[in-house]
Amino acid sequence: MYSEKVMDHFSNPRNVGEIEDASGVGEVGNAKCGDIMKIYLKIEDNIIKDVKFKTFGCGAAIATSSIATEMIKGKTVEEALELTNKAVVEALDGLPPAKIHCSVLAEEAVKAAIEDYMKKQGKEVESSVSAGIEPDEEACCSKCERKCH
Amino acid sequence: MDGIRGIYMDHAATTYTKKEVLEEMLPFFTEYFGNPSSVHKFGRDVRKHVDTAREKVAKALGALPEEIYFTAGGSEADNWAVKGAAYANKSKGNHIITTSIEHHALLHTCEYLEKEGFEVTYLPVDEYGLVSVEDVKDAITDKTILISIMYANNEIGTIQPIEEIGKLAREKGIYFHTDAVQAVGSVKIDVKEQNIDMLSLSAHKFYGPKGIGVLYVRKGVKLINFVHGGAQERGRRAGTENVPGIIGLGKAIELATENLEESSKRIMGMRDKLIKGVMDKIPYTRLNGHPDKRLPGNANFSFQFIEGESLLLNLDMKGIAGSSGSACTSGSLDPSHVLLAIGLPHEIAHGSLRLSLGAVNTEEDIDYVLEVLPEIVERLRQMSPLYEKVKGGNTNV
Repeated sequence: MYSEKVMDHFSNPRNVGEIEDASGVGEVGNAKCGDIMKIYLKIEDNIIKDVKFKTFGCGAAIATSSIATEMIKGKTVEEALELTNKAVVEALDGLPPAKIHCSVLAEEAVKAAIEDYMKKQGKEVESSVSAGIEPDEEACCSKCERKCH
Repeated sequence: MDGIRGIYMDHAATTYTKKEVLEEMLPFFTEYFGNPSSVHKFGRDVRKHVDTAREKVAKALGALPEEIYFTAGGSEADNWAVKGAAYANKSKGNHIITTSIEHHALLHTCEYLEKEGFEVTYLPVDEYGLVSVEDVKDAITDKTILISIMYANNEIGTIQPIEEIGKLAREKGIYFHTDAVQAVGSVKIDVKEQNIDMLSLSAHKFYGPKGIGVLYVRKGVKLINFVHGGAQERGRRAGTENVPGIIGLGKAIELATENLEESSKRIMGMRDKLIKGVMDKIPYTRLNGHPDKRLPGNANFSFQFIEGESLLLNLDMKGIAGSSGSACTSGSLDPSHVLLAIGLPHEIAHGSLRLSLGAVNTEEDIDYVLEVLPEIVERLRQMSPLYEKVKGGNTNV
């Protein structure tokens, strides 16, 4: 059901871990839904020097987190903000329909981490930061139509 | 399996067809191809073998041959029992009692009947997945026409107090159906002693072929006919018989009954070793289901902080086949209804793993799983943001 690319990123995930003095940290998802992604960014001179992630979730959740970190590493903050879930899906050679929400989470996790960085910098938060989801008891995974109880 | 150790621990999903079973089936595709309803010798010869298979099923259940109806499997048998009894007895009442942990073949049938004007009580279960006989008793009204409670649960393996429920139902004059798809071939069943009016079973759960099952219907039970169009199965379930399937089911149930004690004992020994090993080696783990009242081959765990599908994929890479009740593997957005019914929070239900043992497993398989599983769980936990939050804290489940 998964592409070779997904299985590669699932079995050998890139950039797993934490960054202690991270410039920005973003966490999205909800344990009740079965997936949480947390992304740590180290940003210097507007460039993403390092990125790490931790994910609780299925194969697709781990693979999308992994590839998303690869896609933004070395990029400028503005470039990273342009990451879309569609690009994540394409980079993985596709995802099963039921797993598309994982790519949405990956995009949101990256943007949430950048948002956190910008707040710390005292900068205006870009409106392009999608959703800016606040996982709560009522609703989560804002784009995947999942309802959590 | 391509040089990888292939360890099958998903017997609750399906089993392979035993060689002896397949050998008995094969001539019925070629040499004995006649239609059992035909008058000529080709048909008559096959009819005899179908009758023999029916007798074997009856013997295994403590029933009469004329109480055995072949179906296309367990789901069909469940559909027939519940819809059939509901429609045939609606002049008496419209109330059905079942549990919240039934197979979907039962639950979805009940939901359908609710739309048709029937009322259904879904009884809760305790933390082990056991239904209370008192609850069954209290749920009975003067409108109750059917009680349907599974013999043993497919996910967590809990075996229900079937005999007590049967006794109660008989005293109250209410039909009692049990979905015994997981139980047949694993535990001893006697429909007369246990006062079971209807029972569903499926051959591929006990080393028979897929696509063939049985609904046992006690003589005198009022049930509407399920398939119209012919005299097969005494006119109640029309359609030319799946003869090779029936022959295979007959042989499989005969073998399963003969070897029941011996094989259950062997499998239970391995299961207990597996459960003990997992619980000893992996912290933050919960055993789902009842400690004793459980199917011989069933082990079901919840590992905190990780998700079931990624666990299954990792096990698969090591050649181990299991299953999970996580949302990602259930085909829906929610984790297993059974795990939620025993009170597990969503996040813990997502991290469940069912390993169901059977004929192909050996002690070495258990040793291998006990070697590999703790490493996989730890690796996924190291990757989990939930784990870092609780490390060192009190996280007993």
